[in-house]
Amino acid sequence: MHFELSADQKLLKETAASFAKRQSPLTRARELRVDPRGYSRELWATLGELGWLGLAFSEAHGGLGGSFVDLSIVLEELGATLVPEPLVPSVVLAGGVVAQLASRAQLEQHLAPMIAGQRTLALAHAERDGRYDPCWITARAERRGDSYRLDGEKVFVLGGHDADALIVVARTSGAAGDRDGLTAFVAPPDTPGVQVSPIATLDGRRAAHVKLDGAELPVSSRLGDEGAAGPALMLALDRAAAAACAEGVGVTRAVLEMTAEYLRTREQFGVKIGSFQALQHRAVDMFIETELVKSASIRAAIALDAGEPTEAAWAVSLAKAQLGVGGKYVVQQAIQLHGGVGITDEHDVGLYFKRMHALMSSFGDEAHHVARVARSPLFTAGL
Amino acid sequence: MDMSFSPEDAAFRRDAREFIARAMPPHLASKAAVDGHFEMSEIMEWHRVLFTKGWVAPAWPVEHGGPGLTATQRFILGEELALAGAPGLSPFGLSMVGPLLMQFGTEAQKRRFLPRILSGDEVWCQGYSEPNAGSDLASLRTRAEDDGRGNFVVNGQKTWTTYGQYADWIFCLVRTDASGKKQQGISFLLVDMKTPGVVVKPMLTIGGTPAFAETFFENVVVPKENLVGPLHGGWTVAKALLGHERTMIGGVGASLRALARVKRIARATTRGGAPLLDDPEIAAKIARLEVRLRSLEMANYRTLATAALGHAPGPESSILKIRGSEIQQDCFELAMELMGHDALSWHETEGAVPPLEAWVPSTYCYNRATTIYGGSNEIQKNIIAKLILGLS
Repeated sequence: MHFELSADQKLLKETAASFAKRQSPLTRARELRVDPRGYSRELWATLGELGWLGLAFSEAHGGLGGSFVDLSIVLEELGATLVPEPLVPSVVLAGGVVAQLASRAQLEQHLAPMIAGQRTLALAHAERDGRYDPCWITARAERRGDSYRLDGEKVFVLGGHDADALIVVARTSGAAGDRDGLTAFVAPPDTPGVQVSPIATLDGRRAAHVKLDGAELPVSSRLGDEGAAGPALMLALDRAAAAACAEGVGVTRAVLEMTAEYLRTREQFGVKIGSFQALQHRAVDMFIETELVKSASIRAAIALDAGEPTEAAWAVSLAKAQLGVGGKYVVQQAIQLHGGVGITDEHDVGLYFKRMHALMSSFGDEAHHVARVARSPLFTAGL
Repeated sequence: MDMSFSPEDAAFRRDAREFIARAMPPHLASKAAVDGHFEMSEIMEWHRVLFTKGWVAPAWPVEHGGPGLTATQRFILGEELALAGAPGLSPFGLSMVGPLLMQFGTEAQKRRFLPRILSGDEVWCQGYSEPNAGSDLASLRTRAEDDGRGNFVVNGQKTWTTYGQYADWIFCLVRTDASGKKQQGISFLLVDMKTPGVVVKPMLTIGGTPAFAETFFENVVVPKENLVGPLHGGWTVAKALLGHERTMIGGVGASLRALARVKRIARATTRGGAPLLDDPEIAAKIARLEVRLRSLEMANYRTLATAALGHAPGPESSILKIRGSEIQQDCFELAMELMGHDALSWHETEGAVPPLEAWVPSTYCYNRATTIYGGSNEIQKNIIAKLILGLS
């Protein structure tokens, strides 16, 4: 048992930290809130050149064959300065589905350019009525000769406002909630019958609602066998949840540092407010939650790399639930300890606050993952 | 990064588990099954079992009779003992005065005391807290004065002395100089509990169990050779314990065992014929506790991994006591909630509730101590605020 970073991982961490600081400091995330794209294609290309977009894909999938722990190291550092490029939506979520299902030719066509930083992908899977159940999909895909016809509505397609291709998950058989009968397709956003409506999200980023109204997609756009996308979707969502945790570790770390610094410098009643015990203890509780969020995130990353499905799903849900409680606590108390200035849009603490809430609400919230912990076979094992 | 234990360590875990199951006498095993309160005689009986095996002081160096286990093996042994519900050994000799004597004691003191701590022939207690010196320990007033004939004469009162009524010896912080800064005039003194003038008044805890005592000192004559470390240097001696191994401080093993009990109670308790555990709201409540405990378990593993490399504990180790003690309490609080009106029961009446639940009310009550002993959580937070967050 050890949790030390290898020499390569230490270098990766340093490189990612220095990249975030130089190429995308917090001021950049703030500026890009008013940009319709919300990130830059140039920086996306740079991330591709650095190899980070292909870091956790296997070499067979055109990636570097790194581990999920490696990816988490990068995400933590990028999370600390709120780098807005859509790594989790495009790489972990949409890319994750493609990598698991695509043919060799499809990998070449869709995944390789994304890994190279030339394109982005977005996963259109969630539906309003499904809450966080990955299989609650009612959008239909009907086979008609050499094509499929898709109908339905998808919500909160992260990065979907600007993606070069949408990965749409629709039902070819069965009913909402069934694990079987889900099929994934690659849909260019300009496909007739596909309506992409960009929306703003609370963290200053962009997403889309997607309407499918008789969209015709060729059979060649289907990823994997008909009806067999369920397991790939669920694994990609688990990996995205763990990725959100890794990013959240960076957020809590930055917020804690920022808040402790404020307590050390801000004066009221003629003294530093960090001398007040009530505030000290609150800051220590933030520190405790930061360490717990980090600990749980490490467990999830390691479990995903180990690949035992029951254990991995359990560890991911433990971590995401911990983020939902601990991450929220850290950003809420950060605002409280900053006082009035923490409520202003000018102050950076609010950016972290809102990003944390976006992470909390994505890929399953606290209640969803708590329920999953309770349903895991590990919950009652060995009683 | 790697979360797995090596094959050697996994084998050690199997050996430890087997040994504990085999070596625990039936009357202790049946008490462990219900997590009942162990009497001091039972704790010492188990002490001798582990002593015979050579595992009573896992962290002691081999030269003083330790087993030479690695940090990871020590952790595994501690976890297996906790998971089995084995009697918790008294820490005062094995984990406190023993290691301090190794660090600060004279050769004569080590020869005199260490072997009997190890064997359990002498039981120790701790004389730190006083009625007016709890969290503000340095304001203690028990005096030790030089009688000019090679002795100290001790007068004063210690309180909340855990196991005072069973102890042969007490290690005390006493005031030897009242003139300077309050931390500077304190000395570390070993006192034979049989010395005339030492009076112990046992107290029950709110769990209804005998563990505490008040200890009075009236003109107690203590030879100077029982001073540990320099005169007036007792504060430094006592503080040295803070840097010691922390891998067991969070009580994670005990909480894992308690959480399993919570789940078993939820499965065995029915409402309208259906087990509570089948109610998603109840299951979620338990799962939320498990989320917190598993995060703490990981923080504990990180601390262990750091210790196994021989490195100083990282910042994550400082949270173990605070969160670990809270979770220990929360496990029994949830057990009480799940028990419903069974939570009205008290262990004095046998058979009133299922054995699974019998000791829960007592433990729930006593566990209010976990956030107080060893430095209250508020004091722990003061320390973290100052040392880690730089707030003062």
